[in-house]
Amino acid sequence: MTAGTAGTAMTARAPGTDAADAAAQAAREAVFDAAVAADERIEPRDWMPEAYRATLVRQIAQHAHSEIIGMQPEANWITRAPSLRRKAILMAKVQDEAGHGLYLYSAAETLGVSRDELLDKLHTGRQKYSSIFNYPTLTWADVGAIGWLVDGAAITNQVPLCRCSYGPYARAMVRVCKEESFHQRQGYEALLALSRGTEAQHAMAQDAVNRWWWPSLMMFGPPDDESAHSARSMAWKIKRHSNDELRQRFVDIAAPQAEALGLTLPDPDLKWNEERGHHDFGPIDWTEFRDVLKGNGPCNEQRITQRRRAHEDGTWVREAAAAHARKHTAQPGEAQA
Amino acid sequence: MSTDTWPLWEVFVRSRRGLSHTHAGSLHAPDAEMALRNARDLYTRRMEGVSLWVVPSTAITASSPDEKDPFFEPAADKPYRHPTFYEIPEGVKHL
Repeated sequence: MTAGTAGTAMTARAPGTDAADAAAQAAREAVFDAAVAADERIEPRDWMPEAYRATLVRQIAQHAHSEIIGMQPEANWITRAPSLRRKAILMAKVQDEAGHGLYLYSAAETLGVSRDELLDKLHTGRQKYSSIFNYPTLTWADVGAIGWLVDGAAITNQVPLCRCSYGPYARAMVRVCKEESFHQRQGYEALLALSRGTEAQHAMAQDAVNRWWWPSLMMFGPPDDESAHSARSMAWKIKRHSNDELRQRFVDIAAPQAEALGLTLPDPDLKWNEERGHHDFGPIDWTEFRDVLKGNGPCNEQRITQRRRAHEDGTWVREAAAAHARKHTAQPGEAQA
Repeated sequence: MSTDTWPLWEVFVRSRRGLSHTHAGSLHAPDAEMALRNARDLYTRRMEGVSLWVVPSTAITASSPDEKDPFFEPAADKPYRHPTFYEIPEGVKHL
């Protein structure tokens, strides 16, 4: 329940009880640690370490931002979808992404931050979104590739988050994961149609996969030995698997799917390793990842500008709705037509 | 005017007739009517519900997590409230 955070009552401090304070603090930490160890969920009004709260706010906000920024590259193709069927599907998918953003903003709000604060941080670049959305959607096939690869990578990341130690985040992810499955399948189906189409359509599908494959692998974040917060997040059970583990899982899933599509993945080193029971794959260009993260991707500027403009353009709607609500609560006796 | 001035609503969905409404999540909306419309778009896009409740979050009174133990303790020492507490001879049926 989002309502929770307001009710944390502070009792007056008795003077000279530093030892008692320390003992109370240790007791609260012990309760928290025990709950995490027992795989119980932490709920909004429970005591939690400040660093746990801050980590969750950063992660959930970034996740929420990714959902709503992610609407842009795909919305780019709504008006040019090749059939009414594909258009209806794409609109439903983009609407889902907005919904996912809202579930996640709600989850973040249970931690005591306001939605306006989060949006402001997105608009001013103080909070990030997934760098995958800084790549352009150049052809219709990109919509398919995003569904298959980008949403596929997201699902691989998100399924373990359904068991995240923070209750509201875990519940939001359950809902999101149910809906993502449609996203991935529609993308795969769209790519399959192209792959089995004319020579030009097949080439278009292959080109899209070539461009989206490596950025999709980067979505899992830096390698384990360079990932700053990974170990702590795993100890807190916010994260259940390491970046490299999830990346490997995704490669193993995607490789046979590519084969069934009749498309290749742009990695000459990709091959099944019988000994490991996994696919080997080539090195990832982390220089590109860091560069896009820094703001130098093909679409960073455009994504944020468009987001800010959408927010500003919506101001009058928000104001009008609030004015309407004020008017009607001011005169409760007035009959509502 | 910001969404901060839009109050928070808790959304409850009845998934089908015969079941109770259960908490689905929350949203911001300027008034009850808009809250209902937003709730429909946000929580019932896939026929998840046949009925919706929206309740201002501020209208909810919650038990405090701090007094969890004493508050719920009275139930802990009354196992005789459960049917499994009682020993019934083997072979007795419909009990």
